[in-house]
Amino acid sequence: MHKGLGSQRLVALFAGGWVLFNFPLLGLWDRDATVWGIPVFPASLFLLWVALIVALAWLVDRPSVRDDEAPPSAPPSDPAPLSPSAQSPARPPQA
Amino acid sequence: MLSPALVIAASLGYLLILFAVAYWADWRGRQGRSVIANPWVYALSMAVYCTAWTYFGSVGRAATGGVWFLPIYLGPTLAMVLGWLVVRKMIRIAKAYRITSIADFIASRYGKSPLLAGLVTLIAVVGIVPYIALQLKAVSAGYALLTTQAGDVAQASVHWSQDSAFYVALVLAGFTMVFGARHLDTTERHEGMVAAIAFESVVKLVAFLSVGLFVVYNLFDGLGDLFARAQAVPALRQLLRLEQGGQFAWAQWFALTLLSMLSVVFLPRQFQVMVVENVRESHLRRAVWVFPLYLLLINLLVLPIALGGLLYFGSGAAMNAESFVLSLPLAADQNALALFVFIGGLSAATGMVIVETIAVSTMVSNELVLPLLLRWRHLRSGAGQDLSRLLLGIRRAAILGVLVLGYVYFHLAGEAYALVSIGLISFAAVAQFAPVMLGGMYWKGGTRRGALAGLLVGFAMWAYTLMLPSIAKSGWLDAGFVAHGPWGVGWLRPEQLLGLSGFDGLTHSLFWSLLANLVAYVGVSLWRAPSGHEASQALLFVDVFERTTISSPVFWRGQARTPDLLQLCERFLGAAKAQALFADYARQVGVRHADAIRPDARFVQFVETQLAGAVGSASARVLVASVAEEETLTPDDVLRILDETSQIRAYSRALEEKSRSLEQATAELREANNQLQSLDRLKDDFMSSVTHELRTPLTSIRALAELMQADEGMPAAQRQQFIGIIVAETERLTRLVNQVLDMAKIEAGHADWHVAAVDLRALVTQAVATTAEVFRERAAQVHVHLPAQVPTLQADPDRLMQVLLNLLSNAAKFVPQPGGEVVVSVQADAQGVTVSVQDNGPGIDPAQALLVFDRFHQGGDAARRPQGTGLGLPISRQIVEHFGGRLWLEPPPTPAPTPTPTQGPPQLLPPAPGACFSFWLPLQPPIAKETTPP
Repeated sequence: MHKGLGSQRLVALFAGGWVLFNFPLLGLWDRDATVWGIPVFPASLFLLWVALIVALAWLVDRPSVRDDEAPPSAPPSDPAPLSPSAQSPARPPQA
Repeated sequence: MLSPALVIAASLGYLLILFAVAYWADWRGRQGRSVIANPWVYALSMAVYCTAWTYFGSVGRAATGGVWFLPIYLGPTLAMVLGWLVVRKMIRIAKAYRITSIADFIASRYGKSPLLAGLVTLIAVVGIVPYIALQLKAVSAGYALLTTQAGDVAQASVHWSQDSAFYVALVLAGFTMVFGARHLDTTERHEGMVAAIAFESVVKLVAFLSVGLFVVYNLFDGLGDLFARAQAVPALRQLLRLEQGGQFAWAQWFALTLLSMLSVVFLPRQFQVMVVENVRESHLRRAVWVFPLYLLLINLLVLPIALGGLLYFGSGAAMNAESFVLSLPLAADQNALALFVFIGGLSAATGMVIVETIAVSTMVSNELVLPLLLRWRHLRSGAGQDLSRLLLGIRRAAILGVLVLGYVYFHLAGEAYALVSIGLISFAAVAQFAPVMLGGMYWKGGTRRGALAGLLVGFAMWAYTLMLPSIAKSGWLDAGFVAHGPWGVGWLRPEQLLGLSGFDGLTHSLFWSLLANLVAYVGVSLWRAPSGHEASQALLFVDVFERTTISSPVFWRGQARTPDLLQLCERFLGAAKAQALFADYARQVGVRHADAIRPDARFVQFVETQLAGAVGSASARVLVASVAEEETLTPDDVLRILDETSQIRAYSRALEEKSRSLEQATAELREANNQLQSLDRLKDDFMSSVTHELRTPLTSIRALAELMQADEGMPAAQRQQFIGIIVAETERLTRLVNQVLDMAKIEAGHADWHVAAVDLRALVTQAVATTAEVFRERAAQVHVHLPAQVPTLQADPDRLMQVLLNLLSNAAKFVPQPGGEVVVSVQADAQGVTVSVQDNGPGIDPAQALLVFDRFHQGGDAARRPQGTGLGLPISRQIVEHFGGRLWLEPPPTPAPTPTPTQGPPQLLPPAPGACFSFWLPLQPPIAKETTPP
């Protein structure tokens, strides 16, 4: 998933988040109204936040994406040694 | 107001519970049933980001600035959006190269430089000490609030031996040592600590939400009531808007978001729980959205609490807003709740202190103290000395040292500043790691000198524009130089550098420090090409996802001896562990004994990686270099090693390809062989059937002819009869041979086909007329259903006639006598025409449905079988298929009331007993092919 569609979507969501939470889009929510008794501006901030989290969860953690994650190419925590005969020639030739 | 004894007892009790959780988790981990191998625990452990600042500072910020407490939490959310990409790469790198701290990461990336490691450690310590002081301040302030009578004057600064914060610091140091420095783990994982942190995150959240709900539903009548009353007060009404009576500071909002976005990854404690303590990469999937969700939940009620406090105590209380979470329950006589909230705050503070101190002390012991010790020749070459205990001692001393430093800072400077500001200063310090680390992960051109330059310049900028003014404002330095610049030089003023004014201190500082950092990093990196060692490390880091075990290059050239390496490991990892590691490696390589391991480049790299887990990669490098004879790596060497490795990779891939295609070829050959064998068998069957069929009439002919030859006096009538039989048999023979030849010709594609327009109506009528005699002999009835219009087909009329005659004669053979009924029907559809011949004979067993089309298969049982060759149906099928059609036996009618449609054209006749053969021909025959379909 390194350079695939998933990564591009994440980057797009990232950019979208930045744009949404900054000048000038954030100012659009600044109204003198209330929704269900809660002032619009704080309420909309939290709702946008929830939307961002939901979008992220869907992109990264939905079952279809989770299931077809191939086992990562074995992280070489202990670089598995090759059999002695097939070592890459790293030793300098004996003088 | 609560008694001090109660508060202390509750606090100690809570810490004991914490310790019990950690102990239990460690015990489970040793048993192999780890509790932290769980994505939810991992996500909760990340919530150590929320410290006492969240508890107290957020409310304070909200009371003075409305939604300005939020950017600190929006930033991490945005960071987590990219978390799956960036943090995952960090985790992969850290696991691959045994990296255990930020300093190790940076040093390892830029050529395992000890200088860089030391610098990063220093920056981390300087940046974190104020943050730790903040936690101590919050705890002691909370304690004071709980235990002093409302109205008592806060005590003036206390001597340190009587200061509760000092003892808090000591207790915390003890706990941290127990959590994090009981033994040396080459992976630096602390299962108990992570479990304790996750537990604390839950306690934090629950406590904060409790006080929030208390304020909303107990002190007020719900959110609506609270907000309505807040909006009635003009000052409070303004708090709920974006522009609170002035221009909205967009730049500051942006800066805070950016700052927290970087901090959530580069704070030492965050790096520790996110990267070093990670158990499995896939846990990150869950964590990247659960952690922001946690942040959202814990911040949900901050505004209500702030507004509630301001309404309850009056707008003048904005100064003390930081303690609303405690003062509100106390004012309403809810002492239990207040204690619970205090425990929550304590939880937040201790979580931060423990993890941060462990992370920083690891850096201090590995990157500052140990390299200095290693310079001491005696230590390096001391034979047989077990240094692992020494390392552990250094680690513990570092923990104590960091906490004492934190207390000292608190004692000297803590009172002068609001909590929030101290925290942000720390954030700005660790943000200096961002260009160097992110650049190191994604850009191969970053060099050691570039990283040094970037860090130094960034740190200097931070110190000058942020740290110094804050110290000056607490009265430690002459504030004159902040207002007028050093030596009166106006454009060097720390908070309006180069005349850039109009920004608050933090934004200004962040801008300059990050800019200078980046410019220095990129500029100096591009100044000179990377050395061989830097280039190799760059490749290992940036391309970490493409490295696999088979083809990862080993960038090391030199000679070493196995006993030396073993001794080295024993000294720093402990004898038992070192021997276990070597034995394991020996087993992997396929060698009997650890002594027999070939000390080649790969083995040396293995040893170095293991050591790096305990002492940091820079020190590990030094140690290995001291026991091995190395050659310096030039950039050419690096390229050559890379070439070899990529060649190896290419060869192994080619080998795989070859073996795969070999397997395929073998499978195909086997398939072909099987086919040949079955065809051989079929041929044998055919031969035996044909010869049998030929022999039967020949036998009768010969027998009769011999009889006639033998008996000259045979009566004429009998002679005539015999001759008639002979003629009939020869006719049968001829028919058979013709059919066999026909079959052979059609199958070989040598048959003659004369395609013409065929009028099926005429053909069917003619066929029925031709076989009328046969049917009349058997007293059977033939019914023909022809539609008025039948489209013209393109086919061979003679051959079609052959098919029709075959079907009709088959029907005639099997109808009952008398009472036989045969129905012939024709139906046209959009693409072709279907002809069906239905008889009311015994029918054909579905099991035999396919067999009837086999050669020489004859229906019915042998005793009463009517005469035939068994070749009629196969030939008919060949003919029909040649013109792109199909010939089939209709399946027996199902008991269902409505006839179910079969595949292809629908069944034409109503359900009846007997057999029904149908064939379908397309209006347009397919392109003529030379070979008939099999």
